[in-house]
Amino acid sequence: MAGFQTRKSKNAAMMGLCMAAAGIGLAWLALILGALLWKGFSGLNLAVFTEMTPPPGEAGGLANAIVGSVLMTVIAVVVGTPVGILAGTYMAEYGRFSKLTTIVRFINDILLSAPSIIVGLFVYELLVRPMGHFSGIAGAFALAVLVIPVVVRTTEDMLLLVPNALREAGAAIGAPRWIVIRSVAYRAALSGIVTGVLLAIARISGETAPLLFTALNNQFFTSNLNAPMASLPVTIFQFALSPYEEWQQLAWTGALIITVAVLTLSVVARGLTGRRETR
Amino acid sequence: MSSVSAAMPRSAAATARDATVRRFALSDAVFRAATRIAALLVLLILGGVAISLVAGAWPALSKFGAAFLVSQSWNPVTENFGALAPIYGTIVTAAISILIAVPIGIGIAIFLTELCPRPLRRPIGIAVELLAGIPSIIYGIWGLFIFAPFLQTTVQPFLINLFHGVPGLSGLFAGPPYGIGLLTSALILAIMVLPFITSITKDVFDTVPSVLKESAYGIGCTTWEVTRRVVIPYTRVGIMGGVMLGLGRALGETMAVTFVIGNAHRISASLFAPATTISATIANEFTEADGEIYTSSLIALGFLLFVITFLILALARTMLLRIEKRTGA
Repeated sequence: MAGFQTRKSKNAAMMGLCMAAAGIGLAWLALILGALLWKGFSGLNLAVFTEMTPPPGEAGGLANAIVGSVLMTVIAVVVGTPVGILAGTYMAEYGRFSKLTTIVRFINDILLSAPSIIVGLFVYELLVRPMGHFSGIAGAFALAVLVIPVVVRTTEDMLLLVPNALREAGAAIGAPRWIVIRSVAYRAALSGIVTGVLLAIARISGETAPLLFTALNNQFFTSNLNAPMASLPVTIFQFALSPYEEWQQLAWTGALIITVAVLTLSVVARGLTGRRETR
Repeated sequence: MSSVSAAMPRSAAATARDATVRRFALSDAVFRAATRIAALLVLLILGGVAISLVAGAWPALSKFGAAFLVSQSWNPVTENFGALAPIYGTIVTAAISILIAVPIGIGIAIFLTELCPRPLRRPIGIAVELLAGIPSIIYGIWGLFIFAPFLQTTVQPFLINLFHGVPGLSGLFAGPPYGIGLLTSALILAIMVLPFITSITKDVFDTVPSVLKESAYGIGCTTWEVTRRVVIPYTRVGIMGGVMLGLGRALGETMAVTFVIGNAHRISASLFAPATTISATIANEFTEADGEIYTSSLIALGFLLFVITFLILALARTMLLRIEKRTGA
């Protein structure tokens, strides 16, 4: 056995390294957020939200991209959330001990971390190629595919936390199973399920890869879901890689807007579950 | 119930009750079927992804065959495509990022479970997880405009000078410092997978029974010795699962890498050289690809990525399930 002093100094050294690791992690976060604020804030003004994306060399805003992003996100959530909640309900309620649940859980966890660009290719083959052109609806569909696994996972987890005594009480007064689920289990797990939806929105509002070849991009304002549609992430991608200064500035400002939105959503989501834990 | 009510004269109330029960049974069956269909839909999505990728990749795969995997050529003009350069770039960037992120991620997990004062635990944990929440395009734009110029002007010239003339290493750190390239991508990926590794490692560290740790402390072990000899061996499978999950992320990450990899279809020995990955190639070229074979080759790349990440993620989940079973969660 090594000497007492050596062991103590080895311990101090390793613990110092662990602390340094935590410092590195926090420093990266600070560096990235700092750069975003620094570069993005200077371009932030009302025109960003009211004007369209400009041609090279002119001033403009990101209004059409923001509207496109919001539109596709809303459709994706409206389509994906019910499917996710129903699937999560099957796994936690009707099929809690069935073989199917085990398989779905495994596959869902894989979908949860699967590369999003593959979802883009899938929707391209499924919708864009048969339709013959890029469209906002294809983009929304790609995002919906990303929403489902997040919602499935949180819904199942949250429903499993609901005590069985509550369900038994519902069944004892003669309520059929689906009313027990609707009025007891959903109500008890509500904040958790909402958290899941918020996390899903946070996840898809920054997604770029699945939109690149589904919704493509559009320099003009459109609410036509059958036409290519601008989105904030794809616009940032295009503008950041351009040689024009105005475009690069808009890219930074857009990046700031997305990050603030996404981080606010995830902090709110955490706040919801945090309150439940302490209650 | 119906046999009882059949023997007696049926009252209006009993008939109404029967109707209600039948309605309940029907609506319950409908709801049950709806949830089951939704669950099956999840399986259908994965199946649909696999089928559509195979169908889209078929023209390229049948034309090039196995040569697609080993050819380095990527020529849209002569329509001759091979996946070796993107595969190489994907594996090298992911491997380097994991090498960097694993020690740091485990270090943060140890800090959070053993060293950190309790009131600070939650804020620091959330801060690290916020890193996971930042969209990948933000990492991309930050990497391109802030991080790559920094590497180009300071770190890369330093490394080139440092390893100049050292056999083996001088080849790895050679060539003009572009700023963008393999190493830059790997570093950005390391930051991106760090929170995944940290949060899973922290979770599995929390599954170690206190009794085990306390008995090690009781015989006079230092914190490091407890971690090294008790906590890490006990949670090895879980840590491996977390690392695999991070690896899956790093292999499939698209936007951040697309910004800083340089998109060059060649394999160079130097880590500073521009290269490409599977996902960056697809993101960069897909909308501009004309011709059946070009598009199909890009989808074939996507199919390769799908197979690789599916295997890695399945392995990761299996490992994590083993830990879960042990703790009886």
